[in-house]
Amino acid sequence: MAYITGSVVIAEHQVLKNGELLWEQDRNADLNAFLRAAYDQFSGHYPKFHKMDALSKLGWLAAEVLLKDIDNSAFQPEETGLLLSNRSSSLDTDVKYFETVKEFASPALFVYTLPNIVMGEISIRHGFKGENTFFVSERFDAELMSAYATQLLATTPLKRCLCGWVEVMDQQYETAMFLVSNEPTGQPLTAGNLNAIYQIK
Amino acid sequence: MTDLKAQIIEQLNLQEVTPESIGDDQPLFSKEGLGLDSIDALELIVLLKQHYNISITNPEEGPKIFQSVRTMAEYITANQTVKA
Repeated sequence: MAYITGSVVIAEHQVLKNGELLWEQDRNADLNAFLRAAYDQFSGHYPKFHKMDALSKLGWLAAEVLLKDIDNSAFQPEETGLLLSNRSSSLDTDVKYFETVKEFASPALFVYTLPNIVMGEISIRHGFKGENTFFVSERFDAELMSAYATQLLATTPLKRCLCGWVEVMDQQYETAMFLVSNEPTGQPLTAGNLNAIYQIK
Repeated sequence: MTDLKAQIIEQLNLQEVTPESIGDDQPLFSKEGLGLDSIDALELIVLLKQHYNISITNPEEGPKIFQSVRTMAEYITANQTVKA
């Protein structure tokens, strides 16, 4: 049995942790302005954030909020994995990169033309070296997410896993990120419980 | 060199850096300096092409050219002089 030990939902310019509203901003702000304000609110002092694409910024911020106040030193780098998914893959950045190709192809944008880069940014920030997988699907698939994470925790060296949904396309975005582990605290890791948190916003 | 520093900040999206905070001889790629990475190096090559129409034809020259803002400025000046 695996458990959901924490969750963060960021959508509609609100940040919720474990179901509680932590912070919100004017919904008229554009996505980049919102992400910058959230960075200033929850982190700062990580200049590489500004170079990330919107997908990586969003996932990185969710992980930042989710892992705040958690002692990562209790886990070996190989014991934390990542399992994320979304609908639009890296299309938002692919389109921006394509625009630059007409004049000077941007190396800084090119490196974000894969959806799994967000997991790399989170891993670099927190020193994770565990298994990671990124799925692309039409909608948040709680059945897949709960079954796959449960399997990872049962059959691999992973002791915990960040999993969930990180979606960005133009100004539309949402993320629901969960920390799941074998530690018997929080709610049981089931599709129903993941969906209930995902739909909280 | 202030203009070049501003161009570097804009090209590399260094939002928490000001031109005044970059030393003329500060290493661009070491942790003691600006701490730039390999992708930043590619962006600097784009900057030279976009702003000064200078292409780096010999990749081995890169480490010398991009050692600091001063070495970049010297390379730009030398190559613009040659063109003139």
